[in-house]
Amino acid sequence: MARDADFVARFHLAYTYKRSTGPVIGRFLTSLREGRLEGVRTASGEVLVPARAYDPRDGRATTDAWVDVGPEGTITTWTWIDAPAAGAPLDAPFAWALVRLDGADTPMLHAVRGPRAAIATGARVRAVFADHREGGIRDLSCFEVIP
Amino acid sequence: MRPVHIAGIGQIPNVRGDTDHDEVQLVQAVASAALAEAGLHKDDIGFFCSGSSDYVMGRPFSFTMAIDGVGLWPPKRESHVEMDGAWALYEAWVRLQHGDVDTALVYAYGKGHGAPVDGMLTAQLDPYYEAPLGPSPMALAALQARALIDAGRLTERDLAEVVAHARRLGATHPGVPAIDGPLDVDALLDAPYVATPLRAHDEAVRTDGATAIVLSVGGGGPRIGGIAHCIEPIELGLRDLTAATSVRRAAAWAGLEQAGSIDVAELHATYSPQAVLLRQVLGLADAVVDPSGGALVADTPFVTGLSRIAEAARAVQGGAVRALAHASGGPCLQHNLICLLEAR
Amino acid sequence: MSEPVQRVLGPVALDYTVHAGSVTGAFLEALLDKRLVGRRCPSCAKVFLPPRGACPTCAVPMPEAVEVGQRGVVTTFSVIRIPFDGQVLTPPYAAAHIVLDGADTPLLHIVGECDVDTVRMGMRVEAVWADPIEPTLASVRYFRPTGEPDVAWDAFKEHLG
Repeated sequence: MARDADFVARFHLAYTYKRSTGPVIGRFLTSLREGRLEGVRTASGEVLVPARAYDPRDGRATTDAWVDVGPEGTITTWTWIDAPAAGAPLDAPFAWALVRLDGADTPMLHAVRGPRAAIATGARVRAVFADHREGGIRDLSCFEVIP
Repeated sequence: MRPVHIAGIGQIPNVRGDTDHDEVQLVQAVASAALAEAGLHKDDIGFFCSGSSDYVMGRPFSFTMAIDGVGLWPPKRESHVEMDGAWALYEAWVRLQHGDVDTALVYAYGKGHGAPVDGMLTAQLDPYYEAPLGPSPMALAALQARALIDAGRLTERDLAEVVAHARRLGATHPGVPAIDGPLDVDALLDAPYVATPLRAHDEAVRTDGATAIVLSVGGGGPRIGGIAHCIEPIELGLRDLTAATSVRRAAAWAGLEQAGSIDVAELHATYSPQAVLLRQVLGLADAVVDPSGGALVADTPFVTGLSRIAEAARAVQGGAVRALAHASGGPCLQHNLICLLEAR
Repeated sequence: MSEPVQRVLGPVALDYTVHAGSVTGAFLEALLDKRLVGRRCPSCAKVFLPPRGACPTCAVPMPEAVEVGQRGVVTTFSVIRIPFDGQVLTPPYAAAHIVLDGADTPLLHIVGECDVDTVRMGMRVEAVWADPIEPTLASVRYFRPTGEPDVAWDAFKEHLG
C-alpha cells in the first residue's frame, strides 16, 4: 500500500540501576576514594586488579590477602581516540589502554592522558586521581605517561 | 547423534534502515521462505527457537510479539535466546537430539540501524569497573588490534585487505547493502583513524534484517557435521587477546581437526582485526572466506551469526563439500560458536 | 572518614528511532482522517484492528486494508482505581477491550463520559476524537456509551478467548 508519510517515534530508555558492591569491590572502591590502589590475591596466587570477589577465570573466591599496587604501571595495549565521545573520562584526545599496575598480575582498562606521541605499549604511566572522589571507578580519573 | 540437516533457508536483504517492515513482517518473510524451501508447513514443525535482543528492539520481551510472524495457532513449542540466532540454532540442534521431534524452525531478527547498538554493547561490560568509563565497542576492538600488531600477528595493511575483500565480495551479493566507500587497499589506508589502528571502515556496517533456517533430522540438504560453542571471561585484562582461545576450543569441539579440508568459511567478525585473527586460528588458508562479503559489510545485530550459517549452507548447496560457519558474541570474540556443514 | 562504599550507580540511557513501517503507518495515516483501518487475513478472513504485520494464526501477510466502524462492543474491562508511575489519566477510569463493528480483534482503549461503575460487558460504545488529531491512537480520546441496547453474550463471546 502506498504511503505518504514515514511515521517515526524517537524514545529515550533510561534505567536508574543501583548496584550493591559486595565487600570486595566495595573495599577496592573505598580505597580508590582514599586515593589508593589495591589488588586482591586469588586462590591461585595472582594479584587481581581491579579486585573482585572471585577470579572470573577459575570461578574460585579470591582470598582475604590485599596487596597495595601502583600507583605506577605499564601499558599492555592501547588505542588513541582523536574525538572523545560525550561522557568519556577525558575531554581532550586521549588513549584507552590496558594498564598493568606495579604489583598486579592483571591489567585494567582505563584512560591515559596524552600527548599522543608518548603512548606506546610498554610505556610507564602513573595514576591520576580525581579531585572530587565519590566511590566509583572514575575516582581514578585517568593515567598519565611518566616522562 | 541424530543427523541434522538444513532443509530450508529464508533470507531477506540486509538494509541500512528498514522503514517499511516491523519485526513481525521480517520474521514472517524469512520463516515462510525457509518453510517453502523445506517443503514444510508451520504446523509440521516440532520446535521453534529464535534469537534477538530486547535492547536492540527497545522493548521488553519483544520476541513475544515478533513470533506472530511464524503463526502461533495451534500453539507451538517455542524457546528464545537473548543471543545471536546461531545460538538458537544450537539449542534447536540439541532439542532435535531428544528424539521426539524431527523438525525445527530457527529465526533471528534485528534492527541495528535505528538502535543504540554502541551504547548497548558498552552497557554489557562490567558494571563496576568498565561500563562507567564508557569505552565504545570499537575502542575495545582497537585494543585487541594493537595487541595483535605488537605480537607481530597483523599489520594495518592486513586490516585494509580484509575490508577490501569483504567489500569486493559484498558488492555483488544480494543480501548486502550498497558498498559505501573505496575497494582499494591504499585508499582505505588513507582514511582517518577513529580508534588507532582502526578506521571507520574497520567496523561492520550495521543493518536491519532477519534470517530463518529449517532443521530436519534426516532428509536432504547440508548436514551439520559438528557444532559447539565456547566462552571466556568478558574482562579484556583477563584474556590473551591474541589467542582467541574460545574460538580454538569451539572449533576443536565441533570436530574441525577431524573434518578434513574446509572449502568455504563464513566468519562473524564485526571488526576487521577479528577477521584476521579468525583466519589465523581456524587455519583457513585454503578456504574461500566470506563469499557473502561477511559480517563487515552487513551486520544485523543478533542475526549475523545465524546468517553465517545460512551462507555457509548456501555454499554447500552450491557445490562445496565442507563449509564452516562462525558466530560470535561479547567484546573481542568473547563467545564463539563453530558449525561445520557437509554435503550429504 | 565516611562509610565504606557499598553501592554504585549504574545508569543506562539509550536513544531509539523507530519507524512505524507500512502496516502501522497506514493505520496511523488513516487516523488523521478520523478513520479506523484494519487488515483482513487472506487465509482466515479475520479483520485485525489495530493491524498486524502478519496474521498471528496463519502467518501470512495481510495486504487488504479494511475500514471498520467507529462503534463497537465492550467485551471485557477493568476499572483502574490506583495511581502508578507514568499514569496518563486520573483514577478512577475504565480500560476496556472494544471490538469495533467489522473487526474481529479487540482494541484496548478507555471508556469515558460515564460513571466507571456503569461500564459492563456487552455495552455499546463509540469513538470520541481528540482535537487536534495526531498520528497516534491517543487521537481517539476515549469511547463513550451510545445508549444502544447491550449486546448479548453469545454475540461476542468468541472475541474473549
